[in-house]
Amino acid sequence: MFKSLMTWVDDRFPATKMWNEHLAEYYAPKNFNFWYFFGSLALLVLVIQIISGIFLTMHYKPDGAMAFASVEYIMRDVPYGWLIRYIHSTGATAFFVVVYLHMFRGLMYGSFKKPRELVWLFGMFIYLALMAEAFMGYLLPWGQMSFWGAQVIISLFGALPIIGEPLTLWIRGDFVISDATLNRFFALHVIALPIVLLGLVVAHIIALHEVGSNNPEGIEIKKHKDENGIPLDGIPFHPYYSVKDIVGVIVFLMFFSLVLFFAPEGGGYLLEHANFIPSDPLKTPEHIAPVWYFTPFYAILRAVPDKLMGVIAMGGAIVVLFLLPWIDQCKVKSVRYRGLSFKILLAVFVISFVALGRLGMLPATPFLTLLSQIFSVLYFGFFIALYFTSKNEKTKPVPERITK
Amino acid sequence: MRRLLTVILLAISTLSVSGFVMASAGGVHLDHAPGDLTDTESLKRGAQAFANNCLSCHAADYMRYNRIGKDLGWTDVEVAEKLINTRGADGEQTKVGQLMKVAMDNDYAQVAFGTKIPGLTVIARAKGADWLYTYLRTFYLDDSRPSGMNNLAFPDVGMPHVLWEKQGLQKAVFKTEMGTDGNEKHIFDKMEIVQAGTMSVEEYDIYVGDLVNFMVYMGEPVQLERRSMGKYVLIFLFIFAIVAYMLKKEYWKDVH
Repeated sequence: MFKSLMTWVDDRFPATKMWNEHLAEYYAPKNFNFWYFFGSLALLVLVIQIISGIFLTMHYKPDGAMAFASVEYIMRDVPYGWLIRYIHSTGATAFFVVVYLHMFRGLMYGSFKKPRELVWLFGMFIYLALMAEAFMGYLLPWGQMSFWGAQVIISLFGALPIIGEPLTLWIRGDFVISDATLNRFFALHVIALPIVLLGLVVAHIIALHEVGSNNPEGIEIKKHKDENGIPLDGIPFHPYYSVKDIVGVIVFLMFFSLVLFFAPEGGGYLLEHANFIPSDPLKTPEHIAPVWYFTPFYAILRAVPDKLMGVIAMGGAIVVLFLLPWIDQCKVKSVRYRGLSFKILLAVFVISFVALGRLGMLPATPFLTLLSQIFSVLYFGFFIALYFTSKNEKTKPVPERITK
Repeated sequence: MRRLLTVILLAISTLSVSGFVMASAGGVHLDHAPGDLTDTESLKRGAQAFANNCLSCHAADYMRYNRIGKDLGWTDVEVAEKLINTRGADGEQTKVGQLMKVAMDNDYAQVAFGTKIPGLTVIARAKGADWLYTYLRTFYLDDSRPSGMNNLAFPDVGMPHVLWEKQGLQKAVFKTEMGTDGNEKHIFDKMEIVQAGTMSVEEYDIYVGDLVNFMVYMGEPVQLERRSMGKYVLIFLFIFAIVAYMLKKEYWKDVH
């Protein structure tokens, strides 16, 4: 019965073919470790955000006079509205956590290297779209931090010569953040950017399945195939990695639930305290800090004394990540077989990124600004040093086959 | 790899310590609010204190009266009797299903106090329980202010000391110390009651404690429900994790 139904469908739509290509006959290396959970987790969080977002949209009002109250209406009067809202707000943080770990994995095991440059580039565009999505979503609760955070970030575009001021006006649709800004950010947040994100995610996965997954050893499993053309060190994604990822999903959901049910404000880092005060264009909060996932770049911005140069440095910090496949010229992929220089550089990079993230949350005192400057130099220094050292790195021999 | 992680963790911990030092420097010392959201009697007392004092000028208009009744165990009749002091344009008492609006006209407030009067529904989430608890207990006499009162937690506050009849009037005693920069600094030392109120200091602390407890509840009425639901979700996930892990092991037996 089911078989004949599937034949009927397959004659008209490649359902079984797609199932096989991407799951049942997609051969992934058998040695995926902990770091390989975060790709599927990112997909899970995307689905969580879309579904919780749809329900929030049913009750939220994108109106300068009603937005703040409508969020509190969701928190109080909508049945389980609080749960949906916290799922969405916790999901935003979870999204960046898994994406940052996913990116670090790529960096560590050289997953961005030939032939996976496009996988990396699509991924970087996803990251960019995600930042825009998060930034616009953060305006919607219409609290003080929503308002002033957006005010600060949009005014950065004003630093650009000639087009700067007209550009900020065009983005806001007004001379200050206003109802017009809220309305368009809502449209972009719930329609435009999710469509872009979904399209990019599809491209990311298609590109990955075209070239095949990298692995912690950095060995190309397609080099050694059996008589049927199946990689000897590969196992079908389904059922092996689907059942393995279920374990990852549940462990992730446990951490997610810990935040969601026991600390949804995240000590003021996830839902900032000042955002429980309705937006007021006449009262600037004492200390404006972006949400944690933007703070590394915010720290770089503030580290540069000149506004335009700061904006360029901040943009450069993201652009340089796009170029990684061409900056790192070492033929060996995985950190396991790379030279000491790469290990040191990677450690310095991670420390700088985390330190900048912390510094971006704190007020800019002279001492902390100096620290931000040091870590900004180290952040960019990673890419420069990598460019010059990677070509002649002292690497270890990479095994032919996956043995561990 | 392990060494790398150790270094990263060390860097994070160092920075978080420096962040903590930053946060505690500057600003007034805040007293710890004695709140307990499972203490329904305290919440009930706090609700009445809120309705009879704060709600005269401040709105709490994201919250409905009968939500309080439902959560704290009052019938609609009791809610109307204990909490509702306003009437609609038709002269009828405000209904229990309505939002906790305020009788005062906001334009009048702007003139009288020189500022918009903030709504209080989620103020505890913005300011924190300890700040509210300190604020409501540290009004002191200051002739330079229009209301004759100033506040330690909120210097030059526009709000008069509404609860003065209960607390009485107190004056702040400052001591002078030499700062590290060589300038003299006036540092708050202690409060001295000048005119006793209807409550003792201990009674007043309990009264404000109940009030703040209620405001914390009102900031997020679902807090207790959320935590108890969270426990069941975690237990479910834990059991599910074991089953999923066994399934994974079973499938992976033949991978070498």
